[in-house]
Amino acid sequence: MGGAIDGKTSALVSPAGPVRSALGRFGVYGGRYVPETLMAALEELEAAYNAAKEDAAFQAELAGLLHNYCGRPTPLYYAKRLSEQLGGAKIYLKREDLLHTGAHKINNALGQGLLARRMGKQRIIAETGAGQHGVATATVCALLGMECVVYMGEEDMRRQELNVYRMRLLGAEVRGVSAGSATLKDAISEAMRDWVTNVRTTFYILGSALGAHPYPTMVRDFHRVISIEAKQQILEQEGKLPTAIVACVGGGSNAIGAFYEFLNDKNVQLIGVEAGGRGSAIGDHAARFAKVGGGVPGVLQGTYSYVLQDDAGQIALTHSVSAGLDYASVGPEHAMLHDSGRATYTAATDDEALKAVVTLARTEGILPALESAHAVAEAIILAPTMKKDDVLMVNLSGRGDKDMGILSKELHVSGAKAEVKA
Amino acid sequence: MAIKFDKKPGLVIYLTAGDPDLATTRDIAIAAIDNGADVIELGVPFSDPLADGPVIQRASERAVAKGTRLTDVLGIAKEIRAARPEAGLILFSYLNPVVRMGMKEFAAKAAEAGADGVLLTDMIVEEAGEYLEAMQANKLAPVFLAAPTSPDVRLKAIAENSKGFVYAISRVGITGTQSSLTSDASEIVGRLKRFTTLPIAVGFGVSNAEHVKAVGEFADAAVIGSAIVQLIEKTEPKEAAAAVGRFVAGLRA
Repeated sequence: MGGAIDGKTSALVSPAGPVRSALGRFGVYGGRYVPETLMAALEELEAAYNAAKEDAAFQAELAGLLHNYCGRPTPLYYAKRLSEQLGGAKIYLKREDLLHTGAHKINNALGQGLLARRMGKQRIIAETGAGQHGVATATVCALLGMECVVYMGEEDMRRQELNVYRMRLLGAEVRGVSAGSATLKDAISEAMRDWVTNVRTTFYILGSALGAHPYPTMVRDFHRVISIEAKQQILEQEGKLPTAIVACVGGGSNAIGAFYEFLNDKNVQLIGVEAGGRGSAIGDHAARFAKVGGGVPGVLQGTYSYVLQDDAGQIALTHSVSAGLDYASVGPEHAMLHDSGRATYTAATDDEALKAVVTLARTEGILPALESAHAVAEAIILAPTMKKDDVLMVNLSGRGDKDMGILSKELHVSGAKAEVKA
Repeated sequence: MAIKFDKKPGLVIYLTAGDPDLATTRDIAIAAIDNGADVIELGVPFSDPLADGPVIQRASERAVAKGTRLTDVLGIAKEIRAARPEAGLILFSYLNPVVRMGMKEFAAKAAEAGADGVLLTDMIVEEAGEYLEAMQANKLAPVFLAAPTSPDVRLKAIAENSKGFVYAISRVGITGTQSSLTSDASEIVGRLKRFTTLPIAVGFGVSNAEHVKAVGEFADAAVIGSAIVQLIEKTEPKEAAAAVGRFVAGLRA
């Protein structure tokens, strides 16, 4: 599908010496760059995942829970007032925000949780940025009766404190990480340290299309359902494919899920929106693909992809108003789609995202997560430049309930007024 | 200029370069060699050391904050080599600083600095094609890590692709000190010996003379990292070389 090199494993190589492997490669990106201690676990995971993928009973259980527990299929909603106000393309919202736990993250957490149970692993660990993946994982662990430990940067715990409480209420242990910038990257490192230490008993539910093979492939597969549904829905409602699809990109899981079934439909533009933060200097944003101040290919946390870093190869600090986009690297499949030009990547600033929250709330009565608001911000710019019969699909990856604390600090709301605070 | 372990057990000493500063790291390395270290592992500090426990994390953070770069580490490698031509010298790094410099350029510069070999924490044998070519072209020894969780098929590939020595990880976990060695350590060395005649060094949690002695009963060398880095952390910079020298001298006592 889509030109991606799906997870092929090369056998260990002979005394003649190994060559560059085809392990989970997306073009030149991806691969497996981890401490040796994890290799047996990654191989075990890959084998178990490949078996589960072919197992009709596993797939039926997953599909059943996605439907009856999570609320799939999610609606594809024509945002009429927003479209009319912007005066261009017809905007459709893929309502992943309506899923149980409030974001697309549950698609993957549920899939991996069922896989963990199948593998007989009772202890689950996860990292989380905005807390949505942590909440989804805590939820799945409650559902399946498994122990759950979630690593979260202390900065993120502060700005997403409602989600911290939610995870704890669901029975998960939330462990704060104070290293580095105390955000998503640091939470992933700490989760990997836990996994290295407890690898014999523990399953790591990684929350984005990142990390060592097979994670980027597996996480994408669990989110493919987004574009499978959307394709059918837009054909039913409009009788044609969308002109463009817009999704926010942190690690890139919702975007790859929303793009995947359209990769071979070359007329459908695919647009990923990164966090433009508060400026283009390194440290002020998380726009890995930015032409100025962006990333270069490198290895972070198990995979080869674009990485924000200094010229000595030290990983850069990042900033975004949205914890879920605040990450120095990006899923390797996006790196491939970027280089090939199949998808284009742009960025929305903190202020643009905050304004987009207000716009969507007041035109449609829908409160997007700050992450998803980056995609809405791009749609607000793009739609007026498009024709009336063009269709612009926005993947609304999550809802904004978790962001009330940040929004009340960043926005001045009074009566009919709502402005970003200076 | 070679990796050899004349006395049993051999001693491999890990240092985070640039902690507390580059000149002190150089002086510590020389003191360690003069007090019995066979091989120095010169660690390139990295912003995100995901295989390391709190001690080496803190050292890396301090060294990165001071602006220590891979180029600087190559610089003190050269100084250590000039001062002690006979000692073994390994560059120890996470992959990204090396990728950023370029694998070929890194290998050429490492050889020019007089290093004997390289250990990349997050490089597994399957991904090592370009790395192995660069090592071979510059007559450097690639040292791979072997883990207690590695099945025999992996240990075989690790042993066959390593030169100089094989680094056996003593336990399932990250770096850091511990009170006693686990049975994982002797088990993995036993399995590795079936695939190689190279010396086998055991590291992760090897912290004191008692551990070194225990390692000596089933392996060729012991790697001491966090215990030394912790000692450096607790010691005034100008006292650090002497303190590490005394500590290393006591390891084979």
